[in-house]
Amino acid sequence: MADKVIFAMYDDDDKLMDGAKHLVANKVKVSDVYSPMPLHGIDAIIGVEHTRLAITAFLYGLTGTMLAIIGIRYMMIIDWPMNIGGKPNFSLRENMLSFVPIFFEFTVLCAAHGMAITYLIRNKTLPGMPPRNPDPRTTDDKFIMEIKTSENSHVAEKDLSKLIKDTGYIEIEEKNIL
Amino acid sequence: MHKESDIRLPLILGDKSYKDITDDIIRPIEAKAPKLWYLLFTISIIIALWGIGCIVYLLGTGVGVWGLNKTVGWAWDITNFVWWVGIGHAGTLISAVLLLFRQKWRFAINRAAEAMTIFAVFMAGLFPLIHMGRLWLGYWVFPLPNQFGSLWVNFNSPLLWDVFAISTYLSVSLVFWYIGLIPDFATIRDRVTKPIFKKAYRILSFGWTGDAKAWNRFEQVSLVLAGLATPLVFSVHSIVSFDFATSVIPGWHTTIFPPYFVSGAVFSGFAMVQTLMLILRKAYKLEAYLHVKHIEYMNIVIIVTGSIVGVAYITELFVSWYSGVEYESYAFLNRATGPYWWSYWAMMTCNVISPQLFWFKKLRTSLMFSFFMSIIINIGMWFERFVIIVTSLHRDYVPSSWTYFHPTWVDIGVYMGTLGIFFVFYLLFSRYFPVLPIAELKTILKSSGKNYKEGYGKGKGYWDKHSAH
Repeated sequence: MADKVIFAMYDDDDKLMDGAKHLVANKVKVSDVYSPMPLHGIDAIIGVEHTRLAITAFLYGLTGTMLAIIGIRYMMIIDWPMNIGGKPNFSLRENMLSFVPIFFEFTVLCAAHGMAITYLIRNKTLPGMPPRNPDPRTTDDKFIMEIKTSENSHVAEKDLSKLIKDTGYIEIEEKNIL
Repeated sequence: MHKESDIRLPLILGDKSYKDITDDIIRPIEAKAPKLWYLLFTISIIIALWGIGCIVYLLGTGVGVWGLNKTVGWAWDITNFVWWVGIGHAGTLISAVLLLFRQKWRFAINRAAEAMTIFAVFMAGLFPLIHMGRLWLGYWVFPLPNQFGSLWVNFNSPLLWDVFAISTYLSVSLVFWYIGLIPDFATIRDRVTKPIFKKAYRILSFGWTGDAKAWNRFEQVSLVLAGLATPLVFSVHSIVSFDFATSVIPGWHTTIFPPYFVSGAVFSGFAMVQTLMLILRKAYKLEAYLHVKHIEYMNIVIIVTGSIVGVAYITELFVSWYSGVEYESYAFLNRATGPYWWSYWAMMTCNVISPQLFWFKKLRTSLMFSFFMSIIINIGMWFERFVIIVTSLHRDYVPSSWTYFHPTWVDIGVYMGTLGIFFVFYLLFSRYFPVLPIAELKTILKSSGKNYKEGYGKGKGYWDKHSAH
């Protein structure tokens, strides 16, 4: 039996959510959902794990803070200490207060850009990438559920098509994976 | 699903479906631009070219062609800089702070406000650069290894903090804006038929798919970026205010500046959003998505921030007297009664007195009046910066140096020019980019759409009972 991908299309997000719940309750694995907007709650239903991007943002931010501290210490304390009103210019700690704004800005800069770049790479959304949604209507008002037969070998083919039929899709498309 | 009380006015009026949202927002991009657009675009281009000409003349001749003199060494340039930065604050504030507070009404304005932010910060950044006189050496503001005895920039200086703050703010806002735009570009990509458009939006949309994990990441990124951008917004304008607050010049020596500048920025930013959005909603027939309720919310923000600004003005006056410092007292008395009294009272009238009219519900729900007020506030906030900068400088310690600042045609030309460049960008944005966030509006349709609230003719509350999520 050739592996197939089944794309079931819905015209309403609630119908898709109910359908996904119905399928999952019957031990069908829904591999993905394509929608024109974020569907709140779908991740838990189809078992998409929560992203760890926020953690990366924290790490990038931390890197930014460290870089800023190291950089400013090198430039202002070690390499070229400036004598401003005779204030101690050999100590990072005593000059720290006036460096805080740039520590902060640089932290935000690194956290935001680091996370954004990671996001783009992880999503495979980069300039020039070809669109990969199964149907152009999924960015407008249609919702598609993707079911792979290879992931559902434990469900009989007949049962699977009946279960999918019960969800009340408006269109269905099957593709063979070669 | 997010629930909203039935008595609350819906955020999306009319009988809209998901499809309608896509259609309404993309229609102006697909359709031929109206004559008015071409007219405005031509006018903006002419003004922009005039401004660029003035800048070229300024760079070729020197900063002396501005009306600056020995006493007033900073005038319109920095006034315009702070004015533009202030305007550039509402966009990220709307998207970030309102996102953190889960204010759904922001969807009507966030995209256009963020675009406004980015273009306004561009214009702001132009002024310090051209004020340096040698534009091509602008990169000297960054700490780059160099051959001048490895001389570094001064990290103690608020002017350098400004460089970091503004560039961080600009780039983070740009990323925030673009990440929100990607799914909407994908919607346009999957819809337009003209080959050149198809190709362009295909590149712009980065191959967005809209699968469950992508949306999961999208929401997380938006949230974290909002969390990062919120303190950033506050820090940027605080730092802009440090340019003045940390100085020793009477009038530029007040610790109240950071909060006062931040609320002033929000105040002027919301005013500019109203100026732009009230025209846009009419031109693009977006009345269903941006209506009186949104304007009223914005006007409430304007009353609050306007009142904070008013309290700050009065506090400044009080503290200058209470401090017992003669120079300080004189600086503030001179603002109100000296040769620049007209600018002080223009500022007071526009920023403190007139926004109080919004306490009347009839006025704050009137679109015409809101538009009129938004212009008044924009003018008032320009005068605020003018008052802080020029009136503090024009009376030097030595009376023989006392002077009066007169702008030259180059001052005026550069300022008008930035307005022209800003509108060129903004008009291009409104022509080719989705002016409302398509995907995000769809998320509030079922909770705040008029048709859903009324249960599609099945009586109120129908949807609450029949929606499982």
